Amino acid sequence: MTKFSAESLPIVNRILKQYPEGKQKSALLPLLHIAQAENNGWLSAETMDYIASLLEIQPIEVYEVASFYSMFNLQPVGNCVIEVCQTGPCWLNGAEELLAYFTERLGIKAGETTADGKFTLKTVECLAACGNAPVIQVGTDYFENVNKQKAEELLDKWQKENKISHTNPYL
Amino acid sequence: MPLLKLTIDNIEVEVEPGTTIMNAARKIGGHVVPPAMCYYSKLEGSGGKCRTCLVKVSQGSFKDNRPMPKLVASCRTLVQDGMVVQNTTSPEVIENRRAITEFLLLNHPLDCPVCDQAGECHLQDLSYQNGLEETNTDEARRTFAPIDIGNLIKLHMNRCILCYRCVMVADQITDSRVHGVLGRGDHSEISTLIKKAVDNDFSGNMIDVCPVGALTDKTFRFKSRVWFTRPFDAHRKCTKCSGKTVLWMKGEEILRVTGRKDKYGELEEFICNDCRFVYKQPKDWEIEGPRKIERHSVISQNHYEKLDNEENEDKIEA
Amino acid sequence: MAKKILLDNIDVPGLASFEVYKQLGGYSAVEKALKNLTPDQVTGEVTKSGLRGRGGAGFPTGMKWGFIDKKSGNPRYFVCNFDESEPGTFKDRHIGQLNPHLLIEGMILGSYALGARTSYIYIRGELFYVLKIIEKAIAEAYKNGLLGNNILGTGYSLDLYCQPGGGAYICGEETALLESLEGKRGNPRIKPPFPAVVGLYGCPTVVNNVETIATIPWIINNGYEAYSSIGIGNSKGTKLISACGHINKPGVYEIELGLPIEEFIYSDEYCGGIRNGNKLKAVVAGGSSVPILPAELILRTATGEPRLMSYESLSEGGFQSGSMLGSGGFIVMDHTTCIVKNLLTFARFYHHESCGQCSPCREGTGWMEKILHRIESGNGSMKDIDLLVNISKHIEGNTICPLGDAAAWPVASAIRHFRAEFEEHVKLQKCPF
Ligand SMILES: Cc1cc2nc3c(=O)[nH]c(=O)nc-3n(C[C@H](O)[C@H](O)[C@H](O)COP(=O)(O)O)c2cc1C
Ligand code: SF4
Ligand code: SF4
Ligand code: FES
Ligand code: FES
Repeated sequence: MTKFSAESLPIVNRILKQYPEGKQKSALLPLLHIAQAENNGWLSAETMDYIASLLEIQPIEVYEVASFYSMFNLQPVGNCVIEVCQTGPCWLNGAEELLAYFTERLGIKAGETTADGKFTLKTVECLAACGNAPVIQVGTDYFENVNKQKAEELLDKWQKENKISHTNPYL
Repeated sequence: MPLLKLTIDNIEVEVEPGTTIMNAARKIGGHVVPPAMCYYSKLEGSGGKCRTCLVKVSQGSFKDNRPMPKLVASCRTLVQDGMVVQNTTSPEVIENRRAITEFLLLNHPLDCPVCDQAGECHLQDLSYQNGLEETNTDEARRTFAPIDIGNLIKLHMNRCILCYRCVMVADQITDSRVHGVLGRGDHSEISTLIKKAVDNDFSGNMIDVCPVGALTDKTFRFKSRVWFTRPFDAHRKCTKCSGKTVLWMKGEEILRVTGRKDKYGELEEFICNDCRFVYKQPKDWEIEGPRKIERHSVISQNHYEKLDNEENEDKIEA
Repeated sequence: MAKKILLDNIDVPGLASFEVYKQLGGYSAVEKALKNLTPDQVTGEVTKSGLRGRGGAGFPTGMKWGFIDKKSGNPRYFVCNFDESEPGTFKDRHIGQLNPHLLIEGMILGSYALGARTSYIYIRGELFYVLKIIEKAIAEAYKNGLLGNNILGTGYSLDLYCQPGGGAYICGEETALLESLEGKRGNPRIKPPFPAVVGLYGCPTVVNNVETIATIPWIINNGYEAYSSIGIGNSKGTKLISACGHINKPGVYEIELGLPIEEFIYSDEYCGGIRNGNKLKAVVAGGSSVPILPAELILRTATGEPRLMSYESLSEGGFQSGSMLGSGGFIVMDHTTCIVKNLLTFARFYHHESCGQCSPCREGTGWMEKILHRIESGNGSMKDIDLLVNISKHIEGNTICPLGDAAAWPVASAIRHFRAEFEEHVKLQKCPF
């Protein structure tokens, strides 16, 4: 990504108008979400520098923020990032077994990317859907009550369609 | 506005409205002054983070004489008229300060024998004062990959206690900031993210405000232990700062230049990088006389003498 | 059937659309308030209703609104806390996803009462799909003259926006939320000053939880007396409880405060009992931060009274034998559950979510996780159990924000009530489950 796409620009401009005069730094998180989606799912230094120049702030201010929030990846990721919730309520309902299934099937541990670059496996904390545990998230989609069978179906589908999880979340 | 009365460890003092407990204590001086690892009176918004300055407020004010339910950060709590504060007279304060010292040491490398800050390190002082020369844990310590922040300042992230002072220096007295706190929680680190030199007219002050040996003078490293050098007050004509410094000398050689620190280890004035890093010849300076180091410190040579040779340092460094 | 205030129409198809919401009487409270009530009268209704904040702390909402500095001459802001990240809590999502106009109507009423001209809904970034639902509803509200300039011809104007977070539990803490909304790291601010005086962009601000805000329209429509006649003691009205864990019917339930917990767990109207006919072992009643209680203490207080769903009853007995209503995240564990392992997942959570600003929380949360990991995997010692208690004691009360307490309480309470289970892990040198 060198610049926001033509598709995203109107959204970016709309977001920039949501804050009072001089408070455009507030747009940082929304813009980082879009930028990450348009930069293959991660934030490179160049991408962050671009956002900094757009918002007229120091690059370090962007790095500090991007590195604080767990949804931003500062390293390259696979096409499809699978996020498995591991907090108490999901654990009570088999999240550990589910994670073990993904680990085995993909041949990678949490935090790793498959050699073909198709999948990244990530553990995350409570996604606020504990009533339908275990829960996983892929892009902006939630998948709830995910047992092994459902996980298998999903993985098969994503394998086949070459799933890309990083799309502009506003679209 | 009339002055506010308070007592700290039974000593009475009167202060202006808007004064913090910490500054009221400093007005009294001595043992009633809580240790401050993050507060820095010359940096706006500093304090509140390290929690070593927690004190007990056993009476809130004349009007509301109830005690405050929790210990409070003295550096960020304003005095009320009639407040009764306990610092070292409160067993609760002593116990919790000990615990907080232990938290700060938990992941600290304890590499004092090879640390340039040894002898003028506030964490060292804090642990001596609180009877914790070592932590009682054998947990693996957190480490960070070393990063290079330029030719003037050496960053040892493993020693950092995240007081944010250096960030505030960069924000408040330099014209641009390229370093900051990256990451979250106990993975937070002082960094530039991508290789960038921290270098502008006043960046060297980051070294002087750092309470530990996380930021040290690269031009001084390994030259000598602090206590083998002799400090002198000196000044020069400078267009960027007051030019008032301390020269740390060994014989006729200037090993290091720093700002002048008061008894709380705070700079009296920030100095510029020219004074600190460029002018290293005795002829560059007007030497006023020996500097009396006011801050009580554990410049306790005996602990380090045997380890004090460069070979050893490099070995442990590596 | 219990009184429904928030979930009354929740099953009506298409409720998220303006037409359906409007048909069901939606936006009548805005009409009533903006045309017939002064801002102070709106605040007065809320104060007298006895509504307390539903985000976890239970602070009286009207009183909080009363603190807002109206004299500063600065703009005032009303901010909705839709960070919903407390493990076990998933009630706000239910409203945002299915009934976004209810939240918007509440936002208009609160903004009007506080004199805000710009308001924000801060929603956790993971819930982007809900953000889009709300943004769509906001657009409909603008189109129908309920947002923007001169709402319903009353002269009152309001802009309302949604803001996504980036994945950080700490941004549920209201001052961290404001920092985040300003485009910064979510480091909680040191209080005082409180947001009512120095909040968003340094201006007077009130932050309220989604559920709190969604309750306002009903209070305005039906009057404070109708609201305060529901509930028990100082726990007025209804509360959303998100129930999960080993129960037959996990989900979001609206209960009248005062409902016996035994009924909540076992009746078919709510949780429907413990799954697989198992025995109840323990409950974390108000989100992961509140003290865990063993079966006998969640059903009955230490003095043998039935434990009720209310602020007072749940905290009866203090931390010795009681807990808190908290956010209403109700996590149920049956007799097959390893308390140590469950606690380990919580400890990992707080370690992961600590902002890292203050030393007791930054260092202590990771330390507790390490020790729990050791005990759970069979490598712990008896000394480790006491060390955990000790660490939790020295974090509690010593930090900038309550995340430190939230990390300490689960540890202290689990050891208080289930010490034998920790000791068994040590003795067997493995997890007995
Ligand atoms: C660590 C922490 C996390 C919190 N998370 C949330 C949250 O996700 N949602 C929420 O409404 N309140 C949360 N709170 C409480 C808020 O700080 C604040 O009290 C609340 O938003 C006020 O709204 P209310 O009065 O309507 O409850 C949290 C507090 C802390 C200390
Ligand atoms: S490097 Fe030093 S000054 Fe900077 S935050 Fe760390 S301890 Fe503080
Ligand atoms: S208690 Fe934890 S989360 Fe709160 S300010 Fe301190 S370090 Fe941050
Ligand atoms: S614990 Fe997984 S969604 Fe809450
Ligand atoms: S000096 Fe007060 S908290 Fe650090």
